[in-house]
Amino acid sequence: MSVSLIVGIFEQGFIFALMALGVYITYRILDFPDLSVDGTFPLGAAITAALITRGMDPWLTLLVATLAGAAAGVVTGLIHVKIGVKDLLSGIITMTGLYSVNLMIAGSPNLPIFNYDNIFTSGLGGVLEGIVPGFGTVLLALLLAVACKYLMDWYLGTKSGLLLRAVGDNKLFVTYLGRDEGFVKIVGLAIANALAALSGAVLCQQQRVFDISSGTGTIVMGLAMVIIGTNLFRRSRLRPTAMVLIGAILYRAVIAIVLFLGINPNFMKLVMALLLLLILAYTHRKKGGARRA
Amino acid sequence: MLELQKIVKNYNAGTVNEMCLFDGFDLSIEKGEFVSVVGSNGSGKTSMLNIICGSIPVDGGRILLEGKDITRHTEYARAKYIGRVFQNPAAGTCPSLTIYENMSLADNKSGLFGLSRGVNKRRYEAYRELLAGIGLGLEDKMETKVGVLSGGQRQAMALIMSTLTPIDFLILDEHTAALDPKTADTIMRLTDRIVREKGVTTVMVTHNLRYAVEYGSRLVMMHEGRAILDKSGEEKKGTTVDEILQLFTEISIECGN
Repeated sequence: MSVSLIVGIFEQGFIFALMALGVYITYRILDFPDLSVDGTFPLGAAITAALITRGMDPWLTLLVATLAGAAAGVVTGLIHVKIGVKDLLSGIITMTGLYSVNLMIAGSPNLPIFNYDNIFTSGLGGVLEGIVPGFGTVLLALLLAVACKYLMDWYLGTKSGLLLRAVGDNKLFVTYLGRDEGFVKIVGLAIANALAALSGAVLCQQQRVFDISSGTGTIVMGLAMVIIGTNLFRRSRLRPTAMVLIGAILYRAVIAIVLFLGINPNFMKLVMALLLLLILAYTHRKKGGARRA
Repeated sequence: MLELQKIVKNYNAGTVNEMCLFDGFDLSIEKGEFVSVVGSNGSGKTSMLNIICGSIPVDGGRILLEGKDITRHTEYARAKYIGRVFQNPAAGTCPSLTIYENMSLADNKSGLFGLSRGVNKRRYEAYRELLAGIGLGLEDKMETKVGVLSGGQRQAMALIMSTLTPIDFLILDEHTAALDPKTADTIMRLTDRIVREKGVTTVMVTHNLRYAVEYGSRLVMMHEGRAILDKSGEEKKGTTVDEILQLFTEISIECGN
Protein backbone atom coordinates (compact mmCIF):
# COMPACT_ATOMS: atom_id res chain seq x y z
CA MET A 1 0.00 0.00 0.00
CA SER A 2 1.28 3.42 -0.89
CA VAL A 3 1.49 6.45 1.40
CA SER A 4 -1.22 8.23 -0.56
CA LEU A 5 -3.55 5.29 -0.02
CA ILE A 6 -3.00 5.43 3.74
CA VAL A 7 -3.38 9.21 3.78
CA GLY A 8 -6.61 8.70 1.83
CA ILE A 9 -7.92 6.34 4.50
CA PHE A 10 -7.38 8.97 7.19
CA GLU A 11 -8.81 11.80 5.05
CA GLN A 12 -12.03 9.89 4.42
CA GLY A 13 -12.08 8.45 7.92
CA PHE A 14 -11.96 11.86 9.59
CA ILE A 15 -14.53 13.33 7.20
CA PHE A 16 -17.02 10.47 7.59
CA ALA A 17 -16.35 10.49 11.34
CA LEU A 18 -18.35 13.75 11.57
CA MET A 19 -21.38 11.86 10.26
CA ALA A 20 -20.63 8.88 12.51
CA LEU A 21 -20.66 11.20 15.55
CA GLY A 22 -24.17 12.19 14.51
CA VAL A 23 -25.21 8.55 14.09
CA TYR A 24 -23.81 7.91 17.57
CA ILE A 25 -26.32 10.44 18.94
CA THR A 26 -29.35 8.90 17.24
CA TYR A 27 -28.43 5.22 17.38
CA ARG A 28 -26.67 4.95 20.73
CA ILE A 29 -27.96 7.88 22.78
CA LEU A 30 -31.52 8.31 21.50
CA ASP A 31 -32.03 4.67 20.44
CA PHE A 32 -33.60 6.12 17.29
CA PRO A 33 -32.68 4.36 14.02
CA ASP A 34 -32.55 7.54 11.93
CA LEU A 35 -32.37 6.98 8.19
CA SER A 36 -32.61 10.72 7.45
CA VAL A 37 -28.80 10.81 7.28
CA ASP A 38 -28.98 9.12 3.85
CA GLY A 39 -30.67 12.34 2.75
CA THR A 40 -28.96 14.93 4.96
CA PHE A 41 -25.43 13.79 4.05
CA PRO A 42 -25.93 14.59 0.32
CA LEU A 43 -28.02 17.64 1.35
CA GLY A 44 -24.88 19.12 2.85
CA ALA A 45 -22.96 18.22 -0.31
CA ALA A 46 -25.60 19.75 -2.60
CA ILE A 47 -25.72 23.00 -0.62
CA THR A 48 -21.96 23.46 -0.45
CA ALA A 49 -21.55 22.69 -4.19
CA ALA A 50 -24.40 24.97 -5.24
CA LEU A 51 -23.19 27.85 -3.06
CA ILE A 52 -19.52 27.50 -4.03
CA THR A 53 -20.42 27.73 -7.72
CA ARG A 54 -22.28 30.94 -6.84
CA GLY A 55 -19.13 32.34 -5.29
CA MET A 56 -19.81 31.97 -1.56
CA ASP A 57 -16.89 31.51 0.84
CA PRO A 58 -16.36 27.71 1.22
CA TRP A 59 -16.29 27.92 5.05
CA LEU A 60 -19.56 29.85 5.04
CA THR A 61 -21.16 27.18 2.85
CA LEU A 62 -20.30 24.63 5.55
CA LEU A 63 -22.25 26.71 8.06
CA VAL A 64 -25.27 26.89 5.76
CA ALA A 65 -25.08 23.15 5.08
CA THR A 66 -24.90 22.38 8.81
CA LEU A 67 -27.94 24.54 9.56
CA ALA A 68 -29.89 22.94 6.70
CA GLY A 69 -29.02 19.49 8.08
CA ALA A 70 -30.30 20.54 11.50
CA ALA A 71 -33.54 21.76 9.93
CA ALA A 72 -34.00 18.42 8.14
CA GLY A 73 -33.43 16.64 11.46
CA VAL A 74 -36.13 18.81 13.00
CA VAL A 75 -38.49 17.72 10.19
CA THR A 76 -37.85 14.02 10.97
CA GLY A 77 -38.39 14.79 14.66
CA LEU A 78 -41.66 16.62 14.03
CA ILE A 79 -42.96 13.79 11.83
CA HIS A 80 -42.18 11.34 14.62
CA VAL A 81 -43.18 13.39 17.66
CA LYS A 82 -46.10 15.47 16.42
CA ILE A 83 -47.69 13.12 13.87
CA GLY A 84 -46.74 9.96 15.71
CA VAL A 85 -45.08 8.15 12.77
CA LYS A 86 -42.70 5.33 13.78
CA ASP A 87 -39.05 6.39 14.15
CA LEU A 88 -37.76 4.31 11.23
CA LEU A 89 -40.52 5.51 8.89
CA SER A 90 -40.06 9.17 9.87
CA GLY A 91 -36.46 8.98 8.71
CA ILE A 92 -37.41 7.21 5.49
CA ILE A 93 -39.95 9.93 4.67
CA THR A 94 -37.40 12.71 5.19
CA MET A 95 -34.71 10.81 3.29
CA THR A 96 -36.99 10.17 0.31
CA GLY A 97 -38.18 13.76 0.16
CA LEU A 98 -34.64 15.09 0.43
CA TYR A 99 -33.60 13.20 -2.72
CA SER A 100 -35.67 15.59 -4.83
CA VAL A 101 -34.71 18.57 -2.68
CA ASN A 102 -31.02 17.76 -3.19
CA LEU A 103 -31.48 17.50 -6.97
CA MET A 104 -33.28 20.83 -6.95
CA ILE A 105 -30.53 22.52 -4.92
CA ALA A 106 -27.65 21.18 -7.01
CA GLY A 107 -29.58 21.53 -10.29
CA SER A 108 -28.24 18.20 -11.57
CA PRO A 109 -27.32 14.75 -10.23
CA ASN A 110 -23.69 15.65 -10.70
CA LEU A 111 -22.15 19.06 -10.04
CA PRO A 112 -18.37 19.40 -10.34
CA ILE A 113 -16.63 22.20 -8.40
CA PHE A 114 -13.08 21.56 -9.63
CA ASN A 115 -12.65 25.12 -10.79
CA TYR A 116 -13.48 26.73 -7.46
CA ASP A 117 -11.53 27.26 -4.28
CA ASN A 118 -12.53 25.10 -1.32
CA ILE A 119 -11.55 24.80 2.34
CA PHE A 120 -8.68 22.47 1.40
CA THR A 121 -7.16 24.73 -1.24
CA SER A 122 -7.68 28.17 0.29
CA GLY A 123 -7.29 29.77 3.70
CA LEU A 124 -6.24 27.43 6.51
CA GLY A 125 -6.29 24.39 4.20
CA GLY A 126 -4.02 26.15 1.73
CA VAL A 127 -1.60 27.17 4.49
CA LEU A 128 -1.44 23.58 5.84
CA GLU A 129 -0.87 22.24 2.34
CA GLY A 130 1.92 24.81 1.91
CA ILE A 131 3.68 23.67 5.10
CA VAL A 132 3.35 19.93 4.57
CA PRO A 133 2.62 19.30 0.87
CA GLY A 134 0.40 16.27 0.36
CA PHE A 135 -0.84 16.23 3.94
CA GLY A 136 -2.83 19.50 4.07
CA THR A 137 -6.16 17.79 3.43
CA VAL A 138 -5.71 15.08 6.03
CA LEU A 139 -4.55 17.62 8.64
CA LEU A 140 -7.56 19.87 8.07
CA ALA A 141 -9.90 16.87 8.18
CA LEU A 142 -8.25 15.81 11.46
CA LEU A 143 -8.71 19.31 12.88
CA LEU A 144 -12.40 19.30 11.94
CA ALA A 145 -13.03 15.83 13.37
CA VAL A 146 -11.22 16.57 16.63
CA ALA A 147 -12.98 19.94 16.99
CA CYS A 148 -16.39 18.27 16.53
CA LYS A 149 -15.44 15.50 18.94
CA TYR A 150 -14.50 17.93 21.71
CA LEU A 151 -17.54 20.10 21.01
CA MET A 152 -19.74 17.03 21.40
CA ASP A 153 -17.94 15.91 24.58
CA TRP A 154 -18.54 19.34 26.02
CA TYR A 155 -22.19 19.36 24.97
CA LEU A 156 -22.93 15.90 26.38
CA GLY A 157 -21.61 17.14 29.72
CA THR A 158 -23.95 20.13 29.85
CA LYS A 159 -27.42 20.06 31.38
CA SER A 160 -28.96 19.96 27.91
CA GLY A 161 -26.63 17.11 26.93
CA LEU A 162 -27.40 15.19 30.11
CA LEU A 163 -31.11 15.52 29.35
CA LEU A 164 -30.46 14.18 25.83
CA ARG A 165 -28.72 11.13 27.30
CA ALA A 166 -31.57 10.70 29.78
CA VAL A 167 -34.26 10.70 27.08
CA GLY A 168 -32.76 7.68 25.31
CA ASP A 169 -32.43 5.95 28.66
CA ASN A 170 -35.79 6.64 30.24
CA LYS A 171 -38.39 8.87 28.55
CA LEU A 172 -40.67 8.79 31.57
CA PHE A 173 -37.88 10.16 33.75
CA VAL A 174 -37.50 13.16 31.46
CA THR A 175 -41.27 13.73 31.52
CA TYR A 176 -41.17 13.79 35.33
CA LEU A 177 -38.34 16.32 35.22
CA GLY A 178 -41.04 18.55 33.75
CA ARG A 179 -39.57 18.46 30.22
CA ASP A 180 -41.22 17.49 26.94
CA GLU A 181 -39.37 14.34 25.90
CA GLY A 182 -40.47 14.88 22.29
CA PHE A 183 -38.69 18.23 22.20
CA VAL A 184 -35.47 16.73 23.56
CA LYS A 185 -35.61 14.05 20.84
CA ILE A 186 -36.02 16.73 18.16
CA VAL A 187 -32.95 18.54 19.50
CA GLY A 188 -30.96 15.29 19.27
CA LEU A 189 -32.10 14.64 15.70
CA ALA A 190 -31.19 18.20 14.74
CA ILE A 191 -27.64 17.85 16.07
CA ALA A 192 -27.18 14.42 14.45
CA ASN A 193 -28.32 15.57 11.04
CA ALA A 194 -26.37 18.82 11.28
CA LEU A 195 -23.24 16.70 11.68
CA ALA A 196 -24.27 14.43 8.77
CA ALA A 197 -24.79 17.43 6.48
CA LEU A 198 -21.48 18.97 7.58
CA SER A 199 -19.76 15.68 6.82
CA GLY A 200 -21.38 15.51 3.37
CA ALA A 201 -20.37 19.10 2.63
CA VAL A 202 -16.74 18.56 3.65
CA LEU A 203 -16.54 15.35 1.61
CA CYS A 204 -17.99 17.16 -1.40
CA GLN A 205 -15.29 19.84 -1.14
CA GLN A 206 -12.58 17.21 -0.77
CA GLN A 207 -13.89 15.22 -3.77
CA ARG A 208 -14.65 18.47 -5.63
CA VAL A 209 -17.87 17.12 -6.98
CA PHE A 210 -21.45 16.72 -5.79
CA ASP A 211 -22.93 13.34 -6.60
CA ILE A 212 -26.58 12.59 -5.79
CA SER A 213 -25.76 8.94 -5.12
CA SER A 214 -23.18 9.86 -2.44
CA GLY A 215 -25.85 9.55 0.24
CA THR A 216 -26.87 5.97 -0.46
CA GLY A 217 -25.68 3.74 2.35
CA THR A 218 -24.57 6.58 4.63
CA ILE A 219 -26.50 5.14 7.58
CA VAL A 220 -25.03 1.68 6.95
CA MET A 221 -21.54 3.16 7.01
CA GLY A 222 -22.28 5.33 10.06
CA LEU A 223 -23.71 2.42 12.02
CA ALA A 224 -20.75 0.22 11.13
CA MET A 225 -18.31 2.93 12.28
CA VAL A 226 -20.17 3.47 15.55
CA ILE A 227 -20.53 -0.23 16.31
CA ILE A 228 -16.92 -1.08 15.40
CA GLY A 229 -15.60 1.76 17.55
CA THR A 230 -17.82 1.35 20.58
CA ASN A 231 -17.55 -2.44 20.71
CA LEU A 232 -13.86 -2.77 20.04
CA PHE A 233 -12.95 -0.29 22.78
CA ARG A 234 -15.76 -1.10 25.19
CA ARG A 235 -13.33 -2.01 27.94
CA SER A 236 -11.04 0.97 27.36
CA ARG A 237 -11.21 4.28 29.19
CA LEU A 238 -11.72 6.19 25.95
CA ARG A 239 -14.73 8.45 25.61
CA PRO A 240 -17.39 7.09 23.22
CA THR A 241 -16.74 9.99 20.83
CA ALA A 242 -13.08 8.94 20.57
CA MET A 243 -14.17 5.35 19.97
CA VAL A 244 -16.42 6.53 17.10
CA LEU A 245 -13.51 8.47 15.57
CA ILE A 246 -11.25 5.42 15.65
CA GLY A 247 -14.11 3.23 14.40
CA ALA A 248 -14.47 5.51 11.38
CA ILE A 249 -10.77 5.20 10.51
CA LEU A 250 -10.82 1.42 10.91
CA TYR A 251 -13.91 1.15 8.72
CA ARG A 252 -12.34 3.21 5.94
CA ALA A 253 -9.22 1.06 6.23
CA VAL A 254 -11.27 -2.09 5.66
CA ILE A 255 -12.96 -0.49 2.65
CA ALA A 256 -9.59 0.62 1.26
CA ILE A 257 -8.17 -2.88 1.67
CA VAL A 258 -11.18 -4.38 -0.12
CA LEU A 259 -10.68 -1.93 -3.00
CA PHE A 260 -6.94 -2.56 -2.94
CA LEU A 261 -7.59 -6.26 -3.39
CA GLY A 262 -9.10 -5.34 -6.73
CA ILE A 263 -12.79 -5.87 -6.08
CA ASN A 264 -15.17 -4.38 -8.65
CA PRO A 265 -16.35 -1.00 -7.24
CA ASN A 266 -19.89 -1.98 -8.29
CA PHE A 267 -19.85 -4.46 -5.42
CA MET A 268 -18.90 -1.76 -2.89
CA LYS A 269 -22.39 -1.31 -1.39
CA LEU A 270 -22.76 -5.07 -1.12
CA VAL A 271 -19.45 -5.23 0.73
CA MET A 272 -20.59 -2.42 3.02
CA ALA A 273 -23.89 -4.16 3.78
CA LEU A 274 -22.19 -7.50 4.46
CA LEU A 275 -19.58 -5.81 6.63
CA LEU A 276 -22.30 -4.27 8.82
CA LEU A 277 -24.11 -7.60 8.99
CA LEU A 278 -20.89 -9.29 10.05
CA ILE A 279 -20.26 -6.75 12.80
CA LEU A 280 -23.84 -7.01 14.04
CA ALA A 281 -23.74 -10.81 14.04
CA TYR A 282 -20.47 -10.73 15.97
CA THR A 283 -21.60 -8.24 18.62
CA HIS A 284 -24.93 -10.05 18.89
CA ARG A 285 -23.19 -13.34 19.58
CA LYS A 286 -20.95 -11.77 22.21
CA LYS A 287 -23.97 -10.43 24.06
CA GLY A 288 -25.45 -13.92 24.06
CA GLY A 289 -28.07 -12.88 21.56
CA ALA A 290 -30.03 -11.18 24.31
CA ARG A 291 -30.09 -7.67 22.99
CA ARG A 292 -31.20 -6.55 19.57
CA ALA A 293 -28.33 -4.71 17.96
CA MET B 1 -56.01 21.25 47.43
CA LEU B 2 -56.50 18.84 44.55
CA GLU B 3 -60.01 18.10 43.36
CA LEU B 4 -61.24 15.50 40.92
CA GLN B 5 -64.75 16.57 39.91
CA LYS B 6 -67.24 14.29 38.17
CA ILE B 7 -64.50 12.38 36.36
CA VAL B 8 -65.69 10.16 33.50
CA LYS B 9 -63.32 7.60 32.01
CA ASN B 10 -64.21 4.92 29.47
CA TYR B 11 -61.86 2.33 28.05
CA ASN B 12 -62.18 0.94 24.51
CA ALA B 13 -64.95 3.42 23.67
CA GLY B 14 -66.98 2.41 20.60
CA THR B 15 -65.98 -1.25 20.69
CA VAL B 16 -67.69 -4.35 22.11
CA ASN B 17 -65.15 -4.23 24.93
CA GLU B 18 -66.28 -0.77 26.02
CA MET B 19 -65.84 -0.45 29.76
CA CYS B 20 -66.88 2.48 31.90
CA LEU B 21 -64.41 2.81 34.78
CA PHE B 22 -65.33 6.20 36.24
CA ASP B 23 -68.78 7.70 35.86
CA GLY B 24 -68.84 10.87 37.89
CA PHE B 25 -65.95 10.12 40.27
CA ASP B 26 -65.25 12.77 42.91
CA LEU B 27 -62.28 13.01 45.22
CA SER B 28 -60.59 15.91 46.94
CA ILE B 29 -57.24 15.81 48.64
CA GLU B 30 -56.32 18.45 51.20
CA LYS B 31 -52.89 20.01 51.37
CA GLY B 32 -50.58 17.96 53.60
CA GLU B 33 -52.65 14.80 53.52
CA PHE B 34 -51.00 11.39 53.07
CA VAL B 35 -53.64 9.27 51.36
CA SER B 36 -53.24 5.50 51.09
CA VAL B 37 -55.37 3.97 48.38
CA VAL B 38 -56.22 0.26 48.30
CA GLY B 39 -58.53 -1.79 46.10
CA SER B 40 -58.67 -4.85 43.92
CA ASN B 41 -57.21 -5.04 40.43
CA GLY B 42 -59.26 -3.00 38.00
CA SER B 43 -60.83 -0.91 40.75
CA GLY B 44 -59.41 2.26 39.24
CA LYS B 45 -56.51 3.02 41.60
CA THR B 46 -53.79 3.34 39.01
CA SER B 47 -56.15 5.00 36.51
CA MET B 48 -56.85 7.62 39.18
CA LEU B 49 -53.13 8.33 39.57
CA ASN B 50 -52.74 8.48 35.79
CA ILE B 51 -55.61 10.96 35.60
CA ILE B 52 -54.06 13.13 38.33
CA CYS B 53 -50.68 13.08 36.54
CA GLY B 54 -52.13 13.57 33.07
CA SER B 55 -50.74 10.28 31.71
CA ILE B 56 -54.20 9.44 30.33
CA PRO B 57 -56.93 11.86 29.19
CA VAL B 58 -60.37 11.95 30.82
CA ASP B 59 -63.67 11.71 28.92
CA GLY B 60 -65.42 14.12 31.25
CA GLY B 61 -65.08 16.09 34.46
CA ARG B 62 -62.44 18.48 35.76
CA ILE B 63 -59.20 18.33 37.68
CA LEU B 64 -58.58 21.38 39.86
CA LEU B 65 -55.36 22.24 41.65
CA GLU B 66 -55.77 25.07 44.17
CA GLY B 67 -58.91 25.97 42.25
CA LYS B 68 -57.11 26.12 38.92
CA ASP B 69 -58.33 23.86 36.12
CA ILE B 70 -55.44 21.64 34.97
CA THR B 71 -57.56 19.06 33.08
CA ARG B 72 -55.95 19.92 29.72
CA HIS B 73 -52.38 20.31 30.97
CA THR B 74 -49.85 17.82 29.58
CA GLU B 75 -48.14 15.24 31.74
CA TYR B 76 -44.76 17.01 31.61
CA ALA B 77 -46.32 20.38 32.48
CA ARG B 78 -47.99 18.88 35.58
CA ALA B 79 -44.75 17.10 36.45
CA LYS B 80 -43.30 20.49 37.38
CA TYR B 81 -45.21 20.24 40.66
CA ILE B 82 -45.70 16.45 40.84
CA GLY B 83 -43.11 13.85 41.81
CA ARG B 84 -43.89 10.24 40.98
CA VAL B 85 -42.37 6.92 41.95
CA PHE B 86 -43.43 3.90 39.91
CA GLN B 87 -43.82 0.21 40.68
CA ASN B 88 -40.92 -0.58 38.35
CA PRO B 89 -37.68 0.54 40.06
CA ALA B 90 -36.14 1.09 36.59
CA ALA B 91 -38.69 3.82 35.81
CA GLY B 92 -37.44 6.43 38.26
CA THR B 93 -33.76 6.65 37.28
CA CYS B 94 -31.52 6.61 34.20
CA PRO B 95 -29.53 3.36 34.04
CA SER B 96 -26.66 4.52 31.82
CA LEU B 97 -26.00 7.68 33.83
CA THR B 98 -24.06 7.73 37.10
CA ILE B 99 -25.63 8.31 40.52
CA TYR B 100 -24.06 11.79 40.54
CA GLU B 101 -25.53 12.60 37.10
CA ASN B 102 -28.94 11.23 38.09
CA MET B 103 -29.00 13.32 41.26
CA SER B 104 -27.88 16.45 39.36
CA LEU B 105 -30.62 15.97 36.76
CA ALA B 106 -33.30 15.48 39.41
CA ASP B 107 -32.00 18.50 41.30
CA ASN B 108 -32.50 20.66 38.21
CA LYS B 109 -36.14 19.64 37.78
CA SER B 110 -38.19 22.40 36.18
CA GLY B 111 -35.00 24.43 35.82
CA LEU B 112 -33.36 25.49 32.59
CA PHE B 113 -31.58 22.60 30.89
CA GLY B 114 -29.15 24.85 29.09
CA LEU B 115 -25.45 24.75 28.32
CA SER B 116 -24.10 25.07 31.83
CA ARG B 117 -22.28 22.10 33.35
CA GLY B 118 -24.57 19.10 33.80
CA VAL B 119 -23.35 17.87 37.17
CA ASN B 120 -23.64 20.20 40.12
CA LYS B 121 -20.28 20.34 41.93
CA ARG B 122 -21.50 22.66 44.65
CA ARG B 123 -24.21 20.17 45.60
CA TYR B 124 -21.95 17.08 45.47
CA GLU B 125 -21.58 16.84 49.25
CA ALA B 126 -25.28 17.53 49.77
CA TYR B 127 -26.14 14.62 47.46
CA ARG B 128 -23.74 12.35 49.33
CA GLU B 129 -25.33 13.32 52.64
CA LEU B 130 -28.83 12.64 51.32
CA LEU B 131 -27.76 9.24 49.99
CA ALA B 132 -25.97 8.42 53.25
CA GLY B 133 -29.30 9.00 54.99
CA ILE B 134 -30.80 5.99 53.19
CA GLY B 135 -28.15 3.74 54.68
CA LEU B 136 -27.47 1.69 51.55
CA GLY B 137 -23.92 2.89 50.98
CA LEU B 138 -24.82 4.73 47.77
CA GLU B 139 -22.90 7.83 48.87
CA ASP B 140 -19.64 6.02 48.07
CA LYS B 141 -20.79 5.08 44.56
CA MET B 142 -21.35 8.53 43.08
CA GLU B 143 -19.58 7.61 39.82
CA THR B 144 -21.33 4.23 39.50
CA LYS B 145 -23.89 3.76 36.74
CA VAL B 146 -27.36 3.38 38.22
CA GLY B 147 -28.07 0.41 35.91
CA VAL B 148 -25.90 -1.89 38.06
CA LEU B 149 -27.76 -1.10 41.30
CA SER B 150 -30.35 -3.44 42.80
CA GLY B 151 -34.09 -2.78 42.56
CA GLY B 152 -34.25 -1.62 46.17
CA GLN B 153 -31.29 0.76 45.76
CA ARG B 154 -32.81 2.20 42.60
CA GLN B 155 -36.21 2.63 44.22
CA ALA B 156 -34.61 4.41 47.18
CA MET B 157 -32.84 6.71 44.73
CA ALA B 158 -36.06 7.27 42.79
CA LEU B 159 -37.75 8.32 46.02
CA ILE B 160 -34.96 10.68 47.05
CA MET B 161 -34.76 12.13 43.52
CA SER B 162 -38.50 12.69 43.12
CA THR B 163 -38.51 14.84 46.26
CA LEU B 164 -35.19 16.63 45.72
CA THR B 165 -36.87 19.80 44.50
CA PRO B 166 -39.98 21.36 46.10
CA ILE B 167 -43.10 19.64 44.76
CA ASP B 168 -46.79 19.98 45.67
CA PHE B 169 -47.62 16.31 45.18
CA LEU B 170 -45.89 13.02 45.64
CA ILE B 171 -47.51 10.15 43.75
CA LEU B 172 -46.51 6.63 44.80
CA ASP B 173 -47.71 4.05 42.32
CA GLU B 174 -47.39 0.66 44.11
CA HIS B 175 -43.80 1.67 44.67
CA THR B 176 -42.97 -1.25 47.00
CA ALA B 177 -44.75 -3.96 44.99
CA ALA B 178 -41.71 -5.14 43.01
CA LEU B 179 -39.41 -5.41 46.04
CA ASP B 180 -38.71 -8.24 48.48
CA PRO B 181 -40.54 -7.87 51.85
CA LYS B 182 -37.51 -6.60 53.76
CA THR B 183 -36.53 -4.05 51.12
CA ALA B 184 -40.18 -3.03 50.79
CA ASP B 185 -40.24 -2.27 54.54
CA THR B 186 -37.06 -0.21 54.24
CA ILE B 187 -38.49 1.79 51.33
CA MET B 188 -41.79 2.28 53.15
CA ARG B 189 -40.03 3.65 56.25
CA LEU B 190 -37.94 5.93 54.05
CA THR B 191 -41.12 7.08 52.32
CA ASP B 192 -42.76 7.93 55.63
CA ARG B 193 -39.70 9.85 56.79
CA ILE B 194 -39.47 11.88 53.56
CA VAL B 195 -43.19 12.66 53.55
CA ARG B 196 -42.99 13.87 57.16
CA GLU B 197 -39.80 15.91 56.63
CA LYS B 198 -41.07 17.61 53.49
CA GLY B 199 -44.72 17.77 54.55
CA VAL B 200 -45.61 17.00 50.95
CA THR B 201 -49.15 15.99 50.00
CA THR B 202 -48.94 12.31 49.08
CA VAL B 203 -51.13 9.76 47.33
CA MET B 204 -49.94 6.20 47.68
CA VAL B 205 -51.52 3.26 45.89
CA THR B 206 -50.63 -0.06 47.50
CA HIS B 207 -51.70 -3.67 47.64
CA ASN B 208 -50.15 -3.99 51.06
CA LEU B 209 -53.02 -3.47 53.52
CA ARG B 210 -50.63 -3.22 56.46
CA TYR B 211 -48.83 -0.26 54.88
CA ALA B 212 -52.18 1.33 54.10
CA VAL B 213 -53.29 1.02 57.72
CA GLU B 214 -49.97 1.85 59.38
CA TYR B 215 -48.92 4.79 57.23
CA GLY B 216 -50.72 7.87 56.05
CA SER B 217 -53.39 10.17 57.44
CA ARG B 218 -56.24 8.95 55.29
CA LEU B 219 -57.33 5.61 53.86
CA VAL B 220 -59.39 5.17 50.71
CA MET B 221 -60.64 1.86 49.36
CA MET B 222 -61.71 1.81 45.74
CA HIS B 223 -64.05 -0.58 44.02
CA GLU B 224 -65.42 -0.40 40.48
CA GLY B 225 -64.50 3.23 40.05
CA ARG B 226 -65.90 4.44 43.38
CA ALA B 227 -64.41 5.16 46.79
CA ILE B 228 -66.33 2.70 48.98
CA LEU B 229 -64.37 3.57 52.10
CA ASP B 230 -62.79 6.88 53.05
CA LYS B 231 -61.43 7.33 56.57
CA SER B 232 -59.19 10.00 57.97
CA GLY B 233 -58.02 11.41 61.28
CA GLU B 234 -59.00 9.53 64.44
CA GLU B 235 -61.30 7.28 62.44
CA LYS B 236 -58.34 6.17 60.32
CA LYS B 237 -56.16 5.57 63.38
CA GLY B 238 -58.70 3.12 64.79
CA THR B 239 -58.82 1.07 61.60
CA THR B 240 -57.23 -2.38 61.65
CA VAL B 241 -55.90 -4.59 58.89
CA ASP B 242 -58.58 -7.19 59.75
CA GLU B 243 -61.38 -4.69 59.19
CA ILE B 244 -60.02 -3.73 55.78
CA LEU B 245 -59.42 -7.36 54.86
CA GLN B 246 -63.02 -8.16 55.85
CA LEU B 247 -64.36 -5.44 53.58
CA PHE B 248 -62.01 -6.56 50.84
CA THR B 249 -63.30 -10.11 51.03
CA GLU B 250 -66.92 -8.92 50.93
CA ILE B 251 -66.48 -6.95 47.73
CA SER B 252 -64.50 -9.78 46.18
CA ILE B 253 -67.36 -12.23 46.87
CA GLU B 254 -69.79 -9.74 45.35
CA CYS B 255 -67.67 -9.82 42.20
CA GLY B 256 -67.60 -13.60 42.24
CA ASN B 257 -63.85 -13.79 42.78
